[in-house]
Amino acid sequence: MIEFNMPSLGADMEAGTLREWLVKPGDKVKRGDIIAIVETQKGLIDIEVFDEGVVNQLLIREDEKVPVGTVMALIANGEKGTGKTLQRLGKETETGKPVEEWQPVIAPHLVKASPLAKRIAAEKNIDLQTVKGTGEGGAITKEDVEKAAAQKAVMNEIKPPATESIRMAVAAAMSKSNREIPHYYLQQKIDMRKALAWLVEANKLRGVKQRLLPVVLLIKAVAKALTAVPELNGYWENGFRHKDEINIGFAISLRSGGVMIPAIHNADKKTLDELMTALNYIIPRARAMKLKSSELSTSTITITSLGEANAELVYGVIYPPQVALVGFGSIIEQPWAEQGMLDVRPVITATLAADHRATDGATGSRLLMYINNYLQKPELL
Amino acid sequence: MTDEEIKHVVVELFKKIAPDTEPEKLAPDDDIRHTLEIDSFDALQFVVALDEHFGIETPEEDYGKIATMKNLIYYIQQKKTRLPT
Amino acid sequence: MNSNDTILITYREALKQAVREALHKDEKVFLMGEDVGRYGGAFAVSKGLLQEFGPERIMDVPLSENGFVGAGIGAALGGMRPIVEIMTVNFSLLAMDQLVNNAATLLHMSGGQLNVPVVIRMSCGTGRQLAAQHSHSWEPLFAHIPGLIVLSAGTHEDARHMLPMALQSADPVIIFEYTAMLNMEKDMPGNTSDFNINKAMVRKPGKDISIITYGAGVYKALDAAAALATMGVEAEVVDLRILRPLDKDTAFESVRKTHRALLVEEAWATVNISAEISACIMENVFYELDLPVQRLGGVEVPMPYAKHLEDASLPQKEDIVERVKKMLQHD
Repeated sequence: MIEFNMPSLGADMEAGTLREWLVKPGDKVKRGDIIAIVETQKGLIDIEVFDEGVVNQLLIREDEKVPVGTVMALIANGEKGTGKTLQRLGKETETGKPVEEWQPVIAPHLVKASPLAKRIAAEKNIDLQTVKGTGEGGAITKEDVEKAAAQKAVMNEIKPPATESIRMAVAAAMSKSNREIPHYYLQQKIDMRKALAWLVEANKLRGVKQRLLPVVLLIKAVAKALTAVPELNGYWENGFRHKDEINIGFAISLRSGGVMIPAIHNADKKTLDELMTALNYIIPRARAMKLKSSELSTSTITITSLGEANAELVYGVIYPPQVALVGFGSIIEQPWAEQGMLDVRPVITATLAADHRATDGATGSRLLMYINNYLQKPELL
Repeated sequence: MTDEEIKHVVVELFKKIAPDTEPEKLAPDDDIRHTLEIDSFDALQFVVALDEHFGIETPEEDYGKIATMKNLIYYIQQKKTRLPT
Repeated sequence: MNSNDTILITYREALKQAVREALHKDEKVFLMGEDVGRYGGAFAVSKGLLQEFGPERIMDVPLSENGFVGAGIGAALGGMRPIVEIMTVNFSLLAMDQLVNNAATLLHMSGGQLNVPVVIRMSCGTGRQLAAQHSHSWEPLFAHIPGLIVLSAGTHEDARHMLPMALQSADPVIIFEYTAMLNMEKDMPGNTSDFNINKAMVRKPGKDISIITYGAGVYKALDAAAALATMGVEAEVVDLRILRPLDKDTAFESVRKTHRALLVEEAWATVNISAEISACIMENVFYELDLPVQRLGGVEVPMPYAKHLEDASLPQKEDIVERVKKMLQHD
């Protein structure tokens, strides 16, 4: 039996509220299936499952808020259950008898409500557990459900805007970062002339929908640089833990304030067109605050790119438990001295904020050098 | 199509891509991207939508010609009369 | 005639007019029963009819229910349209064999050849302290039997108009009449154009609770509904009228509207009509219910003689009001 837990969708997440189960006991699931929708400070997140099996039992009710790591469901995959889980379920584990795979599904709580009240509750998506019954013996009546529905409608209206809770989430994560991570900073000016010229040519071959933005060159350059400097790709969890996959968290600022950092998985292995497709896929969903759990939880490094007509450079704050953040300022025309000649070039300033517990300046410096080198040979990206 | 009609469509397209902006308040000579705080990604989305809606093609080198509402409407009118051949 | 016209009439007079009209209209119709002729009927329903129609058509019979009900069935098979009066429901048990094994069954046993168009009238429920000998409410016993049509005349209108319609039926019809209501004077609608014996009737519309009843329960429920109205409760009163075949749809429709149902009848609560209606509601409109269906039935004792005990053994207007208040009461 596999335990399906409330995932951590970022270092700042302590608990999540299950809003909806998309599966029921008996359903087959496979890796990548979205089985639940969880509400966090970052909005409604589609939660994926990482195992294959049959949903055995749903342990958490909809609209229940539980801490990260809480077992939400059991998924049968042919293995025996762990003692921990069974204890929680109140089952005998010491008799030595094999635990049966199949268990009857018994509704965990009996709600005393009239059939009509139950029907209306189902129609209006009201959790009867949250409704106070005023009928005979505390039974929930139609009137009670309708009152609850009206209240819910009001609550939804006066709910603090999502941006406010995102603000709080960013605040929590950044405070933790600043408190715990000894940052060091490096910066490197990069001549973007070749890269941009290459991009103009490349885009001439592409329809407007396939057009590439300069930022995909930056993402790819960072991803390739990380293959050469793997010490910056991973987490600090009681020591540095290197991650094989290079999943780039791409900071997307929300128009109404706050930042979402969805992951672009295996960015080093994606072509520029694939990276552009990935951006087209995640940016609108990030702005709509509708991301998948895997996109929010699996970044191994973060890139923040200010884009055009913006500040010249950015000193980032690392998103824990990652150990590095690469920042790009605006591309700005600047005087550029090269081989004794002065020229005007489009220049971008790349910065690195890195965790000094995990790496030292020399390592960070190597990363920026690699990034620069790749951007000078855009045809190789 | 009148300029007013084009402006109406453009405003709708902007609202679809950047729902919390107020493109209807743009003055004719405002820099659109700067005023609405639209980044390169949304700008690209807008060009895609523009091309699809009006059946025109906007090459990258023309981005400078569509920076303000006035220029954008003029650009669309030009493109539309030129097409199709 | 204006449809708003009403006729003030006693329940007894309504019954008598029905019999008299039937005798006038069709010479195949005759009335037979204990004391219906010279005595004028145990409850004076047929008083004067012997003089008017003669002994061939107003026929006194010996005290033998099984015998004269059988004779009525025979007459019906022979092409007549007999109205057989059984003095009270208590004595009808003596005629059960004829009713169940012949009247209800002959059509089936003859392979559809023999209809039995007999109409059986009987007094039912309490009268004036008639005790366990004459006072029971045994509608459920008859409603149980396929092949019978069982009517319950809970209003003056039904007392007046059910009989002529029952005489149109090709199959045996039992009409329950209510002793306690004989002297009751009520306004009865003059217009009978939409009168039928197929459908239950909403006697008073309401939105808060359905009081589903029949027979002697109808006026009690209407009185209770009037009292409840003064407390701001709009009760709907459904008169089932036809106990077999039951018109469940009218009851369901009412429950769909009010979401609450109280079933009231004078018959003993166990295995009564309300039990059937309750089960049908569960089967068909469960998800309309906002409260458990509740029943008020007769106390399960032989009918007492003493007036206060007689009253106490049956659901009264006050009981209905109290039960509705309790059902609608919130914490």
